[in-house]
Amino acid sequence: MKYFKLFIFLILITYQTSLTAYSSDPKEFVAELINDAIEKLSDKDLNKEQKAEFISKVALDNVDIKALGLYTLGELRKSSKKEEISKYQKVFELYFLKSLTSRLSDYSSSKFDIVSAEKKSSNYTIVSSKVLPDDGNPEIKIDWRVYTKNPDKPLIRDLIVEGLSLARTQKEEFASILSSNNNDINILIEKLEEFLNN
Amino acid sequence: MKFLSIKLLIVVFALINISFSSIKANEECFEKTSRAIFKFNMAIDDAILEPIAKGYNKLPEPIKNGTSNFTSNLAILMSIPNNLLQANFNQLGHSVGSFAINSTIGILGFFNPAEKIGLKPHKEDVGQTLGSYGIGSGCYFVLPILGPTNVRDSFGLLADTFVDPFAHITIREKELLGASGTSLDYYTVKTTSAIDFRGDNIVNFESLEKNSIDLYSSVKSIYLQNRENQINNSNLSEDDWGKLDN
Repeated sequence: MKYFKLFIFLILITYQTSLTAYSSDPKEFVAELINDAIEKLSDKDLNKEQKAEFISKVALDNVDIKALGLYTLGELRKSSKKEEISKYQKVFELYFLKSLTSRLSDYSSSKFDIVSAEKKSSNYTIVSSKVLPDDGNPEIKIDWRVYTKNPDKPLIRDLIVEGLSLARTQKEEFASILSSNNNDINILIEKLEEFLNN
Repeated sequence: MKFLSIKLLIVVFALINISFSSIKANEECFEKTSRAIFKFNMAIDDAILEPIAKGYNKLPEPIKNGTSNFTSNLAILMSIPNNLLQANFNQLGHSVGSFAINSTIGILGFFNPAEKIGLKPHKEDVGQTLGSYGIGSGCYFVLPILGPTNVRDSFGLLADTFVDPFAHITIREKELLGASGTSLDYYTVKTTSAIDFRGDNIVNFESLEKNSIDLYSSVKSIYLQNRENQINNSNLSEDDWGKLDN
């Protein structure tokens, strides 16, 4: 029983540490997140699965996947049934994690610099950074849209790579699928499931 | 005659503006045809452009960088008249300064010393200039080989060949400040520039292809966002995140 309590305590501590691992200041939050990610993704002792697990965990803790799912659904989020939205959210989360893992698993080491942070409103801060790839390619500007409604727990809602919003691209892609399928959310869910099964 | 052409051009601009101001940038002109052309372009990319770009990426870095600098330097020539047409004198200084320094000290543009002294010219074209005048984009479509465009930018693409001094001395084979060339020079530079761009984006494009459910729409979104940013000379577009603050 004693060991069981200790075990639970350790789990709680570990869980709590993982939740509060990064600063609540948007600029420091992004800096710490990036440094942590670079360290893990360039660690040659970790295999692809371990890296994928790390990416998923960090994303679940620090990206506002629920809001991103709603945003990418556009106006349909207002007219769809609750159960449909809930089903969509579940599939979208899996889709997002698979897509993110696929994008980051072949990460080649780069140097990141946080340039500035601009508070756009009480809810949003844009943190600007630049990536300096080790292979000599030109630097890449990345802006992080950080949601700060809960000032103690900032969450990433979008990445803007060289002015191209990943969330907007996703939203417009989904809008196209929806518009050619009578705005049927179930068709979109089917397409996402197809992607997950491939 | 010249006066008549200018008047005609103004009438065309006015008509374009009236016709397109109500059309949203993401509206399609003829989606089915565009999707078919996109498919054709992708096949060309798979069969020709991508393999060449992969080969190009294997070249030694100094050769790749030199080629990229050379084509970029020539592209600045088109920015100069467009900077003037947009009355953007700050960018005009960057463009003229960069072209002058890179073409001389930078040995015909193969090196980019201008960047080291802080000169960073934006690439400008007629489509962007028309956009900066407030002319709407018109509907979206895809051109064979050339890729995504809209009515305004396709008109701009054609007008570019009249505004661009490099096109003037190559395609039209006119002499300018003692420089001359042929159509072959023009198309060689444009093709090399496309290969260089494709080579730089091999990984990005593969990732996009792999993670898109509808690649056509993803490419369209990227094109529209990019043009919006180029016209506004900004890197952060307005968005509707504000509507979702729960």
